[in-house]
Amino acid sequence: MHQLTIAEIIRGLRDKQFSSAEITRHLLDRIQQLDGHYNSFITVTEEQALEQAAAADRRLAAGEAPALCGVPIAHKDLFCTRGVRTSCGSKMLDNFAPPYDATVVEKLNAAGSVTLGKTNMDEFAMGSSNETSYYGPVKNPWNVDCVPGGSSGGSAAAVAAQLVPGATATDTGGSIRQPAALTNTTGLKPTYGRVSRWGMIAFASSLDQGGPIARNAEDCAYLLSAMAGHDGKDSTSLNRPAEDYTRSLNDSIADLKIGVPKEYFGEGLNADVAARVETALKAFEALGAKLVEISLPHTDLAVPAYYVIAPAEASANLSRFDGVRYGYRCADPKDLRDLYMRSRGEGFGEEVQRRILVGTYALSAGYYDAYYNKAQQVRRLIKQDFVQAFEKVDVIMGPTSPNPAFAIGAKKADPVAMYLEDIYTIAANLAGLPAMSLPCGLVNNLPVGLQIIGNYLCEARMLNIAHQYQQVTDWHTASAFSIETAGGAGE
Amino acid sequence: MEWEIVIGLEVHVQLSTKSKLFSGASTRFGAEPNTQACAIDLAMPGTLPVPNEEAFRYAVMFGLAMNAEIGKRSVFERKNYFYPDLPKGYQTTQLAEPIVGAGEIEIHLDDGTSKKVRLHHAHLEEDAGKSLHEDFQGMSGIDLNRAGTPLIEIVSEPDMRSPAEAVAYLKKIHSIVTYLGISDGDMSQGSMRCDANVSVRLKGEEKLGTRTELKNINSFRFVERAIKVEAERQIDILEDGGTVIQETRLYDSDKNETRSMRSKEVANDYRYFPCPDLLPVILTDDYVEKIRSELPELPDAKLARFQSEYQLSAYDASLLTQERALADYFEAAAKESGEPKLAANWITGELAALLNREELSIEQSPVSALQLAGLIKRVTDNTISSKIAKQVFEAMAKGEGSADQVIEKRGLKQVSDSGAIEQMVDQVLAASGTQVENYRNADESKRPKMMGYFVGQVMKASKGQANPQMINKILKEKLDALL
Repeated sequence: MHQLTIAEIIRGLRDKQFSSAEITRHLLDRIQQLDGHYNSFITVTEEQALEQAAAADRRLAAGEAPALCGVPIAHKDLFCTRGVRTSCGSKMLDNFAPPYDATVVEKLNAAGSVTLGKTNMDEFAMGSSNETSYYGPVKNPWNVDCVPGGSSGGSAAAVAAQLVPGATATDTGGSIRQPAALTNTTGLKPTYGRVSRWGMIAFASSLDQGGPIARNAEDCAYLLSAMAGHDGKDSTSLNRPAEDYTRSLNDSIADLKIGVPKEYFGEGLNADVAARVETALKAFEALGAKLVEISLPHTDLAVPAYYVIAPAEASANLSRFDGVRYGYRCADPKDLRDLYMRSRGEGFGEEVQRRILVGTYALSAGYYDAYYNKAQQVRRLIKQDFVQAFEKVDVIMGPTSPNPAFAIGAKKADPVAMYLEDIYTIAANLAGLPAMSLPCGLVNNLPVGLQIIGNYLCEARMLNIAHQYQQVTDWHTASAFSIETAGGAGE
Repeated sequence: MEWEIVIGLEVHVQLSTKSKLFSGASTRFGAEPNTQACAIDLAMPGTLPVPNEEAFRYAVMFGLAMNAEIGKRSVFERKNYFYPDLPKGYQTTQLAEPIVGAGEIEIHLDDGTSKKVRLHHAHLEEDAGKSLHEDFQGMSGIDLNRAGTPLIEIVSEPDMRSPAEAVAYLKKIHSIVTYLGISDGDMSQGSMRCDANVSVRLKGEEKLGTRTELKNINSFRFVERAIKVEAERQIDILEDGGTVIQETRLYDSDKNETRSMRSKEVANDYRYFPCPDLLPVILTDDYVEKIRSELPELPDAKLARFQSEYQLSAYDASLLTQERALADYFEAAAKESGEPKLAANWITGELAALLNREELSIEQSPVSALQLAGLIKRVTDNTISSKIAKQVFEAMAKGEGSADQVIEKRGLKQVSDSGAIEQMVDQVLAASGTQVENYRNADESKRPKMMGYFVGQVMKASKGQANPQMINKILKEKLDALL
C-alpha cells in the first residue's frame, strides 16, 4: 500500500479498495518500523492523523470528499501546525507549538489530507545536506551513509523511503529540488509568490517558496493545486486564483523549445550526471521537443550573490529568536545582554550562526554598498538573463545538482564546497522563477535529477512536460532498495 | 557676543487608525498589558506583515496638509536593533523612499508675526512596545499593546531660531493632525512625542554648530524649557572656549536640565535594508487626488475665513482656530446666536477661564455651544443684562440646564416694567438726600459721572435685574425735573 502514488490513493479511496484509516495506520506503522534508519521525521502526529483519517472516511462515505480527502502527507517542520511542535530543525524552537496553522497547512487540511507528522530539515532551512538539524542528520534511503540533500531532506527521504506519498517542502536556494534529485523524487518550487509564506518560518523572505515533493509530476500537480493561490495574509503573495494543475498533464509537448544553458554543463559537473541529463534531453527530443543551446552569462555570480542576500535577510528574520517571548531561553541570565548572547549562542547551531554573522556583516555600515547593493544588482542581471532566454525558448533544462548524493560528513567542514552544490538551483530563486527536479537516472545506484526551469507562472506547463517524460521513462518508479541492504524491512 | 539658536524637530505622531500598521490588533490606549498584541505583533515565527491602507491614507492627508510632495512609491525598511520591547528585533520604517517628501508650513508667533518652516520629510513606521521596570522584583515587564501602532515621524529642516518658534511649529503640527482627525495629538498619553535637535552659532555665521538631540519631550511647555536650557548650556560651553559634543541628551523636567544619555557602547549601526516581506507601495494620482478633494478645512484657511466671515480680529481668529474642536464650537455658537463677536468674547473669556480652572478640554465643556448661544440670545434681546449673564453662565456650568431654564428657575429675568423701575428710582432718590443735593449743585459737566451712583443704587435695589437703559432714562428724567 505504501508504494501507491497520490493519484492511486485518491482512486483507491473513492473506489473503496481501502480506507484512509487503513492506509494511515499502515504508513504510521511503517514510519515506526523504518524511520530509525532515516531520521526523516522530527514529530509523528499519530493520534491527530488517525482522527483526520476517520473524519476523511466519513466524508468519503458521505460522497462529499474534497480533492485530497484521506490522502496521507507530511509537512516540513517549518510550516506552523496549530498545537503541534514546529521546530524548524532547531533547538531554538524545540519547545515551540504555534497557536496557528500555516496557510499551506490550512489549505491542505481543507483539501482533506491527513498529516502524519513533521519532517526533519536543516536548521532554519540552512543547508544542502540535512546535517545541520538539531535532531540529527537525515539519511538517504538510497544509501544511508549518504546525505539526502537539504534543506528539505526529511520530506524527500520520507517520500523516497515510501513512508508517505508526498510532503510539503520549501526552497530558498534549491532546498526542494536538490534533495528531490538526490532521493529520486519529484519536487517543484513554484513561482515566488504563488504559494503563501504565511506560517512558513522565514529563512530569506525574498527567496523562500513552498512547494511539494512527491513520487512523480502528477502527484506534485495534485499537491500544488491545493497549496497555491492568493493569500491576503502574505503581502508578497501573487493575486491570482488557484488553478488545477492536473488538467493539462496530458497535453502534447511536440514543438516544445527547450533551452540548454551551456553554463550548466561546464566545469564542476560530474561527468556521469552530465551523461544522465543528456540522455534525458534526448528522450525529450524523441517526444518532439527541440533543443536550443542558450547562454545564461551571469550563472557564476548566482552563488556569491545568494550568499550575501540570503544571509542578510536571515540575519534580520532570525532576530526575533531572542529568548524573550517563546523558544529557547538560556538558564539564569544575569542581564539582558547575557540573555541575548547565551539564548542565541546556545539555541542556534553553527551554520545558522555563521549565516547570521555573514548577513550582519554584509549589511553593516561601510559594507552595504559593496555587498548587499552589489548582490541586488547581480540579482537583476541574473533575472535579465532568464527574461532574454525565455524570449527564445519555452523552458530551460539542465542538471539539478552537480553531483549525486555525497557521504555524510564529506563536506561539513567546507562550507563553500557545500554551497557549490546549489550552483544550478540558486538562480531560479534569485529570479523568482518556478523550477523543478525529476528523476533521470542513477549513478552508482544513486539518483540523478533533471532540472526544469520555467517562465513565471508556467507551473502547469512544467508539470505537463515532466509528466510526459514520466510516461515514457520509469526512473521515477525506481525504489530505494538500499532499505534491504541497510538491513531494514522491505516489503 | 550674540548667539543664534538653531532648532530642528522630529515629531512622532501616533495615527488614530483602528488597527495597527501591519496587523489587525486594536490600537486602543489603556488596555490591560498584552491584550492588544496578536501573533504578528508578538513576532511569532512565520507571521507576516500586511500594511494598513488607512495609515497610508492618513499619511497622505498629512503630506497634503503640509504642502508636501507625496511619495508615489514608498518602501519599508528594517531598522535592526535588539530590545525586549521590539519583538522582531527590527523596526519596520521608511528611510530612502518615504511616503511624504519635502514641504513647507507657516507658523504663527504670539507677537503676531508668521514664518515659514520647511519639512524635510515624513515617514510611516511602527511603534515599539513598552518596557516596565517597576513592580517586577528586579526584572522587567514587557507590554506589547503599543507594538505595531502606526506612527508618522515628521522631520523638519533646522529652520527654527527660538524655543518659542519651536513651540509654535509643534502647535501647528498638533493643530494640523487634529484638524485632519488622523491623531488625537495627546502628548500626555504619548500620541505625540517630540525630539529636538539643538545647536547654537554666532549671529551672522552660516555654518551650523554641533547639535545635540533632546529625546522625548512630552509637553509644549517642556519643549520650550528644554530647548532654552540646552541652548544656554551650549553657549556657556562655547563662551568658555569648549566644544559641544554631538550626542543624545535627556531633559529632566524636575531639575530643568539636560543630561547625556550616551552609554559606553559605540554608536548603533541599524543595518537598514528594504523589508523583503513588504512590496514597494505605489500610489496612483487618482488615489492622492481623491484624498486631496476630501481634506477638511485646515487651520490657515479657517483663520482667514473667521476674519472675513465673522469679522473677528486676527488675534481672536487665531485663538479660536488652534484646535478644530474649539473652532467647531465657536462656529456652532456663532451661527445659533447670530452674534459671532459676542460668541468669540464668551469663548475666549468666560468659557476659556472655566475650562482652564476645571482642567477640561473643549470637548468636555460642561456648557455646550447651543447653551452658550441661548445665553447670548437672552442678552441681546435684553431678557438679562450682561452682568446677570455671567451668573447664568456659572449656573449652566454647574449643570442647571439651558439659559432660559436658569433664568426662569432663579427669577433672573430683567425688570423692564417702567412702573416698577420708577418706584425703585423714587425710593432711591428719597433715601439719598445729600447725593441729590450735590447733584443739583454740581457743574453740568460732572453730572453724568455722578449719575453712576444712583444707577448703582437702583440696580442694587433690583438685585441687578432692572434694565440698565430704562434705569438711566427714568433717573435722568427725575433728576432733570429736580434742577
